[in-house]
Amino acid sequence: MKILVTMKRVTDYERKVKIAPDGSHLITEGMNFVANPFDEIAVEEALRLTKAHGGEVVVFSAGPKDAAQQIRQGLAMGADRGIHLLTDKELDSDAVARLLAKVVDQEKPDLVILGKQATDDDANQAGQLLAGYLGWAQGTFASKHEGLEGPEEKAQKPGLAIEGGKVHVVREVDGGLETIALDMPAVVTTDLRLNHPRFTTLPNIMKAKKKKLDEVTAESLGVDLSPKVKMLRFSEPPARTAGQIVDSVDTLIHKLKNERKVIA
Amino acid sequence: MVAQVHEMSPGSAADAKPSPGGGFLLENACHRDIFTAEKFSEEQRAFYKTALDFVEKEVVPHHKEIEVKAEGLMPRLLRKAGELGFHMIDIPERFGGLGLDKTTSLLVSEAIARQGSFSVALGAHNGIGMLPLVFYGSDALRNEWLPKFATAEIIGAYALTEPGSGSDALGAKTTAVLSPDGKHWILNGSKMWITNAGIADVFTVFAKIDGKKFSAFFVDAKSPGLTVGAEEHKMGIRGSSTCALTFEDVKVPKENLLGEEGRGHKIAFNILNIGRLRLGVAVMGGAKRVLEVATLYAKERKQFGKSLTEFRIIQQKLADMAVGIYTAESMSYRTTGLVDIAASRSAKDDPEHEKHLQDVLEEYNIESSIMKVFGSEVLDSVVDDGVQIHGGYGYSEEYAVEVAYRDSRINRIFEGTNEINRMLIPGTILKRAMKGELDVLPVAQEVQQSLSKAQSPIPPLGDGPLAQEVQLAELVRRATVYVVATAAMKLMTELEKEQEQLTLLADMCIDTYAIDSTVRRAIQAAKDDPQNVALHEAMATVAAYTIYERALARARRIVIELFPDEDQYTRAMELRRLDINETLPLFPLQRMIAAKVIEAGAYPLHYLR
Ligand SMILES: Cc1cc2nc3c(=O)[nH]c(=O)nc-3n(C[C@H](O)[C@H](O)[C@H](O)COP(=O)(O)OP(=O)(O)OC[C@H]3O[C@@H](n4cnc5c(N)ncnc54)[C@H](O)[C@@H]3O)c2cc1C
Repeated sequence: MKILVTMKRVTDYERKVKIAPDGSHLITEGMNFVANPFDEIAVEEALRLTKAHGGEVVVFSAGPKDAAQQIRQGLAMGADRGIHLLTDKELDSDAVARLLAKVVDQEKPDLVILGKQATDDDANQAGQLLAGYLGWAQGTFASKHEGLEGPEEKAQKPGLAIEGGKVHVVREVDGGLETIALDMPAVVTTDLRLNHPRFTTLPNIMKAKKKKLDEVTAESLGVDLSPKVKMLRFSEPPARTAGQIVDSVDTLIHKLKNERKVIA
Repeated sequence: MVAQVHEMSPGSAADAKPSPGGGFLLENACHRDIFTAEKFSEEQRAFYKTALDFVEKEVVPHHKEIEVKAEGLMPRLLRKAGELGFHMIDIPERFGGLGLDKTTSLLVSEAIARQGSFSVALGAHNGIGMLPLVFYGSDALRNEWLPKFATAEIIGAYALTEPGSGSDALGAKTTAVLSPDGKHWILNGSKMWITNAGIADVFTVFAKIDGKKFSAFFVDAKSPGLTVGAEEHKMGIRGSSTCALTFEDVKVPKENLLGEEGRGHKIAFNILNIGRLRLGVAVMGGAKRVLEVATLYAKERKQFGKSLTEFRIIQQKLADMAVGIYTAESMSYRTTGLVDIAASRSAKDDPEHEKHLQDVLEEYNIESSIMKVFGSEVLDSVVDDGVQIHGGYGYSEEYAVEVAYRDSRINRIFEGTNEINRMLIPGTILKRAMKGELDVLPVAQEVQQSLSKAQSPIPPLGDGPLAQEVQLAELVRRATVYVVATAAMKLMTELEKEQEQLTLLADMCIDTYAIDSTVRRAIQAAKDDPQNVALHEAMATVAAYTIYERALARARRIVIELFPDEDQYTRAMELRRLDINETLPLFPLQRMIAAKVIEAGAYPLHYLR
């Protein structure tokens, strides 16, 4: 089995991003960069699947030169090789999906696993668009039963399982979990509770250096990267005003009625 | 006067000639490239990230259980660390390790040091516990034991100190005699304050063969006659095991002697050299964590209707903490860089490589002592500021800063007390000068001559944004060389007894290395970290003026004490020539640094980027 996974380079979610004074763009200079945590989960899941069923895990990232670091992180986790689409452009989800569709044409994976979204733009679209372009089945927000905590239970009931040529996906939906079975090849996106990504061990970090990492360009794939989504303006969420503590329910109702006018 | 010597030259590491140990006294680094945190390779950053993730996800969450020594927890955590390869870093490849450079090794130690007790336990295992075996074990011992160290299947410890001998380590009373059949050493005596004693499977034990020849032995903890005492109740690092050991006719196989008979002092000192280097780097991990918790607290805590971070004096504390860390970082990785270049002159797979590495560590033992003293004192001042920022809450066990405050204190005591390390610094410099290994005397003469002339002692050394700081670094260096040489000439062999003088001289050497490394790093940041260059410059400027001002005061004190008669006035006048009359307001820079700390919620120059 061959699994293609994504690994996006994003700004560290623990650090606050700054917005350019004119609101035209985000300032990423001097920021720390990490791998998108949802993508780390995708890599982890792919590695567990190939461990159980055999096969190869290929890590894809589209981004600047430094995005190779995030691909190598995937390789250090245990993936077999990497494909780096070199670009300094800001890509929208559609461009990423079209790029991935081309890579899928070449690589012919049985499964593509992506993070459900990237922690920088939170778009949550690339996986769905990709499934659309490919005409493949999709299982989004792959997750796991909350109660499954012990190691044995987790081993028994993965959130993603391959049985009888189908991939079974436990997914988070409003109000609970549902399990669906997809014909393969398929596209799956991962939610936070699917697994805990492994640590990259030091020997594996060293081995990752020797693994194959191909660089490709959008031109060579024949993909036009011009965005369909235009970013018009960035702004901070409005500052929240301080709350008030009221001494009784009556005061509360009074205030909601007369000051805030949210109840009649 | 400033020669063009490359302290490091990337790309041609093997044939580059690194600056010698103590070389920072011979010339200002303004034309030299030094190794800095900005030059970490992608792989080094990846190792750091693994260590950081591991500590944050697997160690820090167990903090409370660690501190009460929950049964089996520490060995379990050490084994988990083993699974990730942390104990393999310093094991040569031919014994199944990774044989990595010291920068990587210490960078990982820095990350691990975010939890004090765990860091000390880990260091006692794969540092002082394991390195005697790596450096001095026979191939048979190394093949048998190092793979077990790597996984932490066995846990190591290092037993040098005794009830009657701490700083005076060579005064140990534990004895070893060969058994009548010549097959065993029989050990008798006791050891004190042994880290990991309660969880260790093997010990490196120092004892005197026939009461005379100081030597080291690799001892199985299960040996009959070896008893481990009760756990000490300590001020800090309470989660790390510390006990006494007693040896009553403990039989140790003859082949378990490490190195040669009577050469144990070499082992003890070489292990101390690397231990000090490691401690000097590791303290930064602790300091960065305290800066994070203190900043977070200061942001949230409101008094007089404002966050604490809005008060200038709190901002100044945050800036002081950051500048202290920056300075320690600049010295630390400059030193590991020097060690790595010098070490790379011998191939890693050369069976003599470990020997070479020890020579290199000895070469830079002045720098190691400097880092140990400076780092442990930076951490102490950081935790002190951290508690103060927390006010009363900092005095409560519920807050991480209280633990950090207690944990910090040990660093000034072990790996040689700071007093002992301070005395070693000028002691070693002078010893090397006598042997002609460190040419400070011509430099001292030149400084002396220029001081007796009326005009300014040094021409401007360059331009650029940090030109003035380079000048300050050069003046500090000159003042230091001058007082070291003057004290040596005035007191000759008496200097050894003048501990107050030695301590001040050591502080001046520390100041020299600190200011030189910090300013040079900030200059290089223009190329290596252009996005943060303003911050680098602010840090270097604050550090440079602070160090310069205190260094001149120290120099003055030294000459006054050296020449208690009227001569002191002439000398003090001469020193005046090292005074620059222009200075700079530092508060605005401190506020700018604080703003960056507050914005990042952490030490603002993160290695991962
Ligand atoms: C928690 C902890 C863990 C430890 N772990 C280990 C371990 O794993 N292995 C091990 O072997 N040891 C260990 N030690 C021992 C430690 O290295 C010693 O405590 C240290 O070397 C100081 O020795 P001492 O306590 O006997 O103090 P002393 O040597 O008695 O010193 C007392 C004071 O006198 C000063 N002093 C001593 N001699 C001089 C001098 N010549 N001139 C001026 N001042 C002097 C010292 O600086 C100090 O301030 C540990 C200690 C502690 C507390």
